[in-house]
Amino acid sequence: MEQQHSPSYMPFQQVGSADIKMKIPEEAQETQTQINVPANLKYLVVGMLFGIVLVKSEVISWFRIQEMFRLQSFHMFGVIGSAVITGIISILILKRFKLNTLNGEVIAYPEKKFSKGQVIGGLIFGAGWAITGACPGPLYAQLGTGFLVTSVTILSALAGTWVYGKFQDELPH
Amino acid sequence: MIAFLQQPWPWYIAGPIIGLMVPVLLFIGNKSLGVSSSLRHVCAMCVPAKIPFFSYDWKKEAWNLFFVAGIAAGGLLVALFFMNPAPVAINPALTSELAHYGIAPQVSLLPTEIFSWQSLLSWKGLFFMVFGGFLVGFGTRYAGGCTSGHSIMGMSNLQWPSLIATISFMAGGFFVSNIILPVILKF
Repeated sequence: MEQQHSPSYMPFQQVGSADIKMKIPEEAQETQTQINVPANLKYLVVGMLFGIVLVKSEVISWFRIQEMFRLQSFHMFGVIGSAVITGIISILILKRFKLNTLNGEVIAYPEKKFSKGQVIGGLIFGAGWAITGACPGPLYAQLGTGFLVTSVTILSALAGTWVYGKFQDELPH
Repeated sequence: MIAFLQQPWPWYIAGPIIGLMVPVLLFIGNKSLGVSSSLRHVCAMCVPAKIPFFSYDWKKEAWNLFFVAGIAAGGLLVALFFMNPAPVAINPALTSELAHYGIAPQVSLLPTEIFSWQSLLSWKGLFFMVFGGFLVGFGTRYAGGCTSGHSIMGMSNLQWPSLIATISFMAGGFFVSNIILPVILKF
């Protein structure tokens, strides 16, 4: 695994939700975590499959997103709905047979804690989704297909993420 | 063969493949599907600015950056070898409505009348790309996830906060797409 770190680290993996702030001592940050490139290549491959599906199913199309929000087509609802049903069945199977990961680790199923952010942030993201015609995954896919001006949208999304991080404490949660 | 591959995929093919990302990522490395976290990791990598929210060891989450690089690479593969050469087949009612705003049916995934380098400095370009992108980044992090992390991963794991998040995404989108955008696009 790529996680070669001292036990003093907080196991980020278990925190799961981005709503929780992390405070790691400065000296811990300076310890070298090496990125194990070969071990991570499998995620690149899975990501590629994800990217191919996103483009081929046209869910990265601004037009498809407008169609969805105007209830003019079943396509997007079909994609999301069948994805969720497949995911639910898959997790039920993984849990039912108590399957471990490839490396024999116990699979962690992160729980999402409710916060007002899911409503307020959710509404804000929904607005952005309608405007840009893309959620974060499709932004990367659009860029990949050669729509280079999407890099501007991604930079703005990074700015939005940063501003959230900066003012997190002042926002209702 | 090429013509077959160029066709858009129907929802009942694409949806289940997207859903299978959930068990595949859990199985190969105990990872939860989620894309918007990558934005946080890039902030932590490039401009942490001593903000607690960005002060963590992003290298331990490097898998997520490989994953999103893969998404872009997948997009490139399609663009190079089997992109659909026909315009996206949308509802005719939407086509005619968009024609009123000067947006023509097109092969491009986004209307080039709005999303282009030329229009970037127009107020419309600023609204759709810069402001829209900001809302995506701010909103997903505030909500603690996006369509993949909440709608696919969270709902697959039967997390009710993810259902609430998804309903909120949809509500925000419905409002803006039906009420705000028609006004904006008229100009």
